[in-house]
Amino acid sequence: MALKTLTYLVVGFTFVVYIAIAIWSKAKSTGEFYVAGKGVHPIANGMATAADWMSAASFISMAGIIAFAGYDGSRFLMGWTGGFVLLALLLAPYLRKYGKFTVPEFIGDRYYSKTARIVAVICLLFISFTYIAGQMRGVGIVFSRFLEVPIGTGLIVGMGIVFIYAVLGGMKGITYTQIAQYCVLIFAFTVPAIFIAFQLTGNFIPQVAFASKVIGTDLYLIEKLNQVIVDLGFPNYTESQRSTLDMFCITAALMIGTAGLPHVIVRFFTVPNVSDARYSAGWALFFIGILYLTAPAIGSMARLNLTNTVQIGVVGDAEGNLFYEERPEWFRTWESTGLLTFEDKNNDGRVQYYDDSNPDFEEQANAFGWQGNELVIDRDIMVLANPEIANLPAWVIALIAAGGVAAALSTAAGLLLVISSSISHDLLKGVIAPSITESQELFAGRISAAVAIGIAGLLGYYPPAFVAQVVAFAFGLAAASLFPVLMLGIFTKTINKEGAIAGMLTGLIFTYGYIEFFKGLFLQWAGTPFAADTPDNWIFGISPEGIGIVGMILNITVAVIVSKLTNPPPEEVQNLVEEIRHPQ
Amino acid sequence: MNSSIDSQNTYWLRNKRLVIGCLIVWFFISLGCSVIFADYLNQFVYRGIPFGFWIAQQGSIITFVLIIFFYAWRMQKLDKAFKNRKQYGS
Repeated sequence: MALKTLTYLVVGFTFVVYIAIAIWSKAKSTGEFYVAGKGVHPIANGMATAADWMSAASFISMAGIIAFAGYDGSRFLMGWTGGFVLLALLLAPYLRKYGKFTVPEFIGDRYYSKTARIVAVICLLFISFTYIAGQMRGVGIVFSRFLEVPIGTGLIVGMGIVFIYAVLGGMKGITYTQIAQYCVLIFAFTVPAIFIAFQLTGNFIPQVAFASKVIGTDLYLIEKLNQVIVDLGFPNYTESQRSTLDMFCITAALMIGTAGLPHVIVRFFTVPNVSDARYSAGWALFFIGILYLTAPAIGSMARLNLTNTVQIGVVGDAEGNLFYEERPEWFRTWESTGLLTFEDKNNDGRVQYYDDSNPDFEEQANAFGWQGNELVIDRDIMVLANPEIANLPAWVIALIAAGGVAAALSTAAGLLLVISSSISHDLLKGVIAPSITESQELFAGRISAAVAIGIAGLLGYYPPAFVAQVVAFAFGLAAASLFPVLMLGIFTKTINKEGAIAGMLTGLIFTYGYIEFFKGLFLQWAGTPFAADTPDNWIFGISPEGIGIVGMILNITVAVIVSKLTNPPPEEVQNLVEEIRHPQ
Repeated sequence: MNSSIDSQNTYWLRNKRLVIGCLIVWFFISLGCSVIFADYLNQFVYRGIPFGFWIAQQGSIITFVLIIFFYAWRMQKLDKAFKNRKQYGS
């Protein structure tokens, strides 16, 4: 069977499953629509959270980032997992005990202020739309690469599927679909890794292969990789190329940002009780860990495979490089997508792949007659082309397409839900029209989900500059705005509404301003960024990706000082805090 | 009444102590061993993998999972202990 037909069949089959689940789990009340009736088993919720959390970036891009950045890629591995510890210890159990529907609702009640609630909604919408645009883009890209349809068509199909199960089923539909999506994506991610691990080291388990000897050599995988790439002038795989402070700030900002992302937090509103919320966070990270522990193994193995494909003999030897006419089949396939480009700079008909930005290697490269790196590789190839590089059967390639779509759709659905509930529950029911009935609110929730899907699709089709900065924006702003007020709201009784609002706004404006200054996102339409995005210009050498941590510290400082200078929170708020701290 | 407030405070105090302990481990492994001391730990190499690099790419994630389950398990025990105390009115 042709690969394309097979891919259509596999992806089509997963869509049928998602829609069947949506019909079976239609939400009948606002409780089911917002929090799945609070009856989800902690292990099931853990699995749904894992799919909710792992986006197109985790599935498609992360292993490739690690493959090319080596140790420096660890900031994503730790940043996108470590936040669950903060969630489990500092937020999830207490917010579950609070027991209502949304994150802004808690902020509004705890800080007895509609203004605080509206500020929280603004932060939430900004974070979630930045994030969802990236997911829709991911759906479009997977469709266009594997099913050879235009990005726009892929987007419309993806939007249609999410529309059916998110609008019909609400949180209940999303939860059960996410469980199915987790199974698809984890299977698709680990199967090629197992094959490649076996081919390269003779060991089936990728995490063990990571520490095994490469077949036919006396060297361990990482030793061999370091030797091969350092010979080509690339930096050492296991050492840091960034400043320690910047690495520290980015990792911390990603971890804290993860804990402050509303679409992750609300997943813990769906379990039956406080103890389940804690265990569920552990299960979520366990399921996420299966992918996140495999990704570094894929990264190193794929980098070694790729380098060996191009550098077939001794470095500098005239016969040492791949003859372009003899390139393997997958090389041709991915050249046609533009993710892999070759330019024969020295006209020798062979492919030279080395680090031409390394001044120490320049002399040697010139002596070899090399005139610059000739191969440009998109990092996404490391996952997308993996099955082809390892000569795996066509059904594995089809599986990668289904997995990529599952990862993007599951995250998009989770984001849509928090967007629609913040509009129907926080803005409409909470502020604008408190007198509407439950069925009217449910209807409003469905309408806002539908509108949000439309906007997300547009953002995916015409990606504005800020979409490329998801890491800086979504995580930085979550760390600097929502996380501190949630944590302070639980662990102190003294922070009052003035403090919380001032703190949130300080964190939001400072972090946004810093990113805007170097990345020039919205204002880019009017001109260029204010300053070049280089370490010399950054404050203390902290990059815009890591500035969220400074925003968080400012947020907390301002919140504490302003609260000291104004009236303490009323008695009933202090009782609320007391109540959420105790499970019974 | 007093004893109830007292036991509630004890519960919260013990919870806070446990949270702080877990967060110290979390910080030490993720931002300590994997970032601040990574260069130093990289001198220890086992099966081709420098230790700091391994903690950053594998060890930290495993530790995170263990921390959460440890905390959930200890809190479940604490919840039970205080629930029983409340029922018997001590």
